[in-house]
Amino acid sequence: MASAEDVKQGFMLSKNQRAGLLSFLSAQGILVFFLISMLAFSLFSEQFLSQSNIMTVVRQASIIGIIAVGVTVVIIGGNLDLSVGSMLSFSTVLVVDLHDKIGPTNAILVMFAMTLLIGAVNGFLIGFMRLNSLIVTLAMLSAIQGLVLIYSGGQNVDIANQGDTWFAFFGRDYVAGIAVPVLLFGLLAVIVQVVMSFTGYGRRIFAIGGNPVAAVYSGIRKNWCVFSTYLISAFCVACAALVLGSRVMGSQNNVGQGYELLVLAGIILGGTSLLGGAGSIWKTVIGVLILGFIQNGLLLMGYPYYAQWLVTWVIIILAVWLDLAYKRKHLFTTHS
Amino acid sequence: MTTLKSFLRGGAFIQPIWIFVIALFVFFSLMSEYFLSLGNINNILVQTSTIGLLALGMTYVMINGNIDLSVGATLGLAASLAVGLQPLGLTVAVLASLAAGIVIGAINGLIVWKTGVNAFIVTLGAMIGVRGLIFVYTQEQSFYASNFAFVDFGASTIGPFPVLAIIFLACTLIMHLVLKKTGHGRNTFAVGGNPEAAMDAGIRIGRNMLINFIIVGFFAALAGVLLATQMGASTPNLGRDYELWTITAVVLGGTKLTGGHGSISGTLGGVLAIGILRNGMNMMQVPAFYVLVILGAILITVLIIDQRLNVPTAKGVRA
Repeated sequence: MASAEDVKQGFMLSKNQRAGLLSFLSAQGILVFFLISMLAFSLFSEQFLSQSNIMTVVRQASIIGIIAVGVTVVIIGGNLDLSVGSMLSFSTVLVVDLHDKIGPTNAILVMFAMTLLIGAVNGFLIGFMRLNSLIVTLAMLSAIQGLVLIYSGGQNVDIANQGDTWFAFFGRDYVAGIAVPVLLFGLLAVIVQVVMSFTGYGRRIFAIGGNPVAAVYSGIRKNWCVFSTYLISAFCVACAALVLGSRVMGSQNNVGQGYELLVLAGIILGGTSLLGGAGSIWKTVIGVLILGFIQNGLLLMGYPYYAQWLVTWVIIILAVWLDLAYKRKHLFTTHS
Repeated sequence: MTTLKSFLRGGAFIQPIWIFVIALFVFFSLMSEYFLSLGNINNILVQTSTIGLLALGMTYVMINGNIDLSVGATLGLAASLAVGLQPLGLTVAVLASLAAGIVIGAINGLIVWKTGVNAFIVTLGAMIGVRGLIFVYTQEQSFYASNFAFVDFGASTIGPFPVLAIIFLACTLIMHLVLKKTGHGRNTFAVGGNPEAAMDAGIRIGRNMLINFIIVGFFAALAGVLLATQMGASTPNLGRDYELWTITAVVLGGTKLTGGHGSISGTLGGVLAIGILRNGMNMMQVPAFYVLVILGAILITVLIIDQRLNVPTAKGVRA
């Protein structure tokens, strides 16, 4: 005769298994949330899980995603980059404006050079001058927006002959049935994830973000490492500008306004800590995709586009809170 | 040089930002014949009152070691409510918008206190979400003021001084005194400087932070209502990017992002510096774009000067 204890054992996981499951859920909680929300949306709308819809969402999310890959590296290194929105405006306006003047190849080269130069300024001020990254990139946000407006004279720019330029490749073409922006996003994410996980460089960035003093004592050249993270971030912004400029074939001079905070929202949602020293690229990819699918799912269910902002408010805080609560084993803080 | 250093460090009674404000003031007075007039100075005060009111609350929150990115959205919500609810009566409309600001501040504060989530994340979420609330309420519409008393108020004066400027300066004085002379002000510094020590000293740090978030919410709403009286209208996108301007002003004024340091007088200087710069360059017919670049450059310069003046004396690894 089975005792009550045995029955219970049969139905419930052992203590070890339970702990294992819990720690898995806490580590991959955002993935679980992602799957559940996908499932929920697919119940409400038939089109949601269709291949074309999924591809559309990923394609729309790819610009924010590409930028987020770079900013994640900066954040893992213990800093912030708020200037990416203005930088995106700058790079997009530059590449679109120069396209007709000096040809696509030169335009792209100049745009990458200028964007990396801005990244180098950020990196110099934060890496070598050791200034606070939040304020420096806030100042750069304002300064770069001003530069864009000075450069364009307040005008919007566009490409005159949109029909026959291979520049359209980056934003509009497909390779093997997959949109180029998505490919670019995937490629960047994989490369940066591999670099961060499997190379000494990646480990050094984690070390600096986790404990800067210990990192410096163990001989890591912090200045250069921080400097390089801003170059990576700038490179990603340049890639995003390529996609955006090519897709629209024109640009408003404030096209990237507000992107910095959307990018941060995706990164935070993915579970990368703003404190530095932890996080991963693929988590950021999931975070960005969640934002994209929530927007898409709510629209398909017939809600207005701003409904996603309310949902984002709730899930960002919930995601970080639950993560914290799990680590301290209490839902609420205890101080008064 | 040493004396200059100690002078700039705040050993003297004047803060560095005020030297800058005075220099800007003299410079523009010499460069433009229209700058130095009572009308224009009133203008500057009215123009800066919006960012100024936001910055008063932001100073408290930042001294606390927190930050509030949702002030722009809260301002937008309050402005929309103050104009949109006018059919119910002006008092109801204004009280409702101020209440909305207080409620949003309280929500932010409670979440920061109870969940322990970083204020940057909490208010980033609120910034996005409150903007959603505005769109839900307004249905993407702009509102126009139907009540003329509301619009007249924005343009009214007491003697030669505009009411908006007087409200701003009065609030500044009150907030300065609260920070300097009351227990709440002292606790605000203590919590920002060293939360653990503050907790051990018996300060209720959660409650302290909650009150400061409510203060910033209230001031954001007040700024929204006053901005709406100036425009006689509200748009759903009102207040976008204001959080960035506000943080810029507060940091210019010498308040540290890490908490524990700051002053209302410095913040007033920061706000005026931005206001005078914008106004003066306008007077000199410099396109508004250049102001953005110059502001960015000034912010970084201030940061560098601040760092050079506060080089840690302890030998060791700087990290």
